[in-house]
Amino acid sequence: MKQRYSFPALVWNALRGHRDWAPAWRKAQPRKNYDVIIIGGGGHGLATAYYLAKIHGITNVAVLERAWIGGGNTGRNTTIVRSNYFLQPNSDFYDFSLRLWEGLTSELNFNIMLSQRGVINLCHSQAELETFARRYNSNRQRGVDGEILSVAEIKKLIPHLDTSPDVRLPIVGGAIQRRGGTARHDAVAWGYARAADALGVDIIENCEVTGLHIDHGAITGVETTLGTIKAPKVAIAVAGHSTQLAEMAGVRLPIETHLLQAMVSEPVKPFLDTMVSSATHHVYLSQTDKGELVVGGQIDGYNSFSQRGAFYRIEDITSGAIALFPQIASLRMLRKWAGAVDMTMDGSPISGKLPVHGLYLDGGWCYGGFKATPAAGWCMAHTIAHDEPHDLNRQFSLDRFRSGRVIDERGAGNSPWLH
Amino acid sequence: MLINCPFCGPRAENEFVFGGSSADNCEVATENTTALTDYLYFRNNPKGWNIEYWVHRHGCQSWLEVERHTVTHEIRRTQLTKDHP
Repeated sequence: MKQRYSFPALVWNALRGHRDWAPAWRKAQPRKNYDVIIIGGGGHGLATAYYLAKIHGITNVAVLERAWIGGGNTGRNTTIVRSNYFLQPNSDFYDFSLRLWEGLTSELNFNIMLSQRGVINLCHSQAELETFARRYNSNRQRGVDGEILSVAEIKKLIPHLDTSPDVRLPIVGGAIQRRGGTARHDAVAWGYARAADALGVDIIENCEVTGLHIDHGAITGVETTLGTIKAPKVAIAVAGHSTQLAEMAGVRLPIETHLLQAMVSEPVKPFLDTMVSSATHHVYLSQTDKGELVVGGQIDGYNSFSQRGAFYRIEDITSGAIALFPQIASLRMLRKWAGAVDMTMDGSPISGKLPVHGLYLDGGWCYGGFKATPAAGWCMAHTIAHDEPHDLNRQFSLDRFRSGRVIDERGAGNSPWLH
Repeated sequence: MLINCPFCGPRAENEFVFGGSSADNCEVATENTTALTDYLYFRNNPKGWNIEYWVHRHGCQSWLEVERHTVTHEIRRTQLTKDHP
């Protein structure tokens, strides 16, 4: 039924003029009811649907996407995967995610283009270097890889980096997670969609949820632009619109939606084969297989659903990139865009049950949602199937704000624009 | 985005620093955990018009109350905060 992608299949279809490839997933029409409805057809929603079907045998599932799958933050990130977080719940979760990334192409029979090229953090002061050493030592104690690098070692890995001691903010050292790198963002959405569809999940695009049906404190279904669809279990996986969806259930979330920009340059010959990040210069960048530089930096810094950002932030980001690689000053930037990221009041995700029976939230991912995709889906599928969180997302409960167990990864307090 | 500072006139947004969205709960009740949690962690996050606070950090350093649309970034009201000296 679902054709398997393989080299022989590629050759066979090439010889036949590529006319016979089957659609990767069905354009399903919504049924009147399902066992589970997932609101949001991004990486997280699709991963959740896949793991519900694959691991828990729950296949009577619909993924409702208001536009096209992967068109939200899944299509707007800078493709980075890594697991070098400091606090234990984040470190354990993101490393589990990275281990899932490592097997994902095989698992989904879809080339996710995982490139574990290494993610490097540059340090421009002794204090910064010590902060990263503390984080990486903590990682290593938990079995997550990481090393501190000298300037000479950095120069070997990134030959074109400006490591001169005469610049305004010289590099004094750095850290690397070698298992970190990049993955093709669209492929994640499409790979999970194809695999979930093959297991019987209905993926319904152009279907916007406009209301939630709740009866005596329990979810009974959703109202959509394609009609009413009933289900005893509903999961919200909509990134920046988490607040709006939760509001439909009368639930308030400690979240602010912010815009995070990114941009891509014209393609040039390969010169950078790692992901480089400088917190001091507020910039991080990598080079794609097509030769484009994918560059990102900080959030613009105020609530926004606009998915487009201010030019001063572009200038800020590119000035940091030029400080690190002066020779790219003449590069043309081709496209810029933004996502709508759900920034929580402690900078860590909210994944678990909401105070309405049968309603679940996969949200609050701030700017770390892409790398979380496989584990977020895994944990949310578990939470839905068992009506209890998995060990890995148990501490990401909404309740932590009331109980005081906040997970303040950046140490910036309840100011999301600083996370 | 231009923000109209009452003292300095319309200035570019990067002369200002965002100071948080408004919240419906401004009273701090130190014994009541629920009220304290609400005060610390719950603020408005509308997709539409929002009342929020900005400081003209790289200008006159006034604190402003701003009514801004979170999709179009249009601003329809700017005034000094009530506590402005």
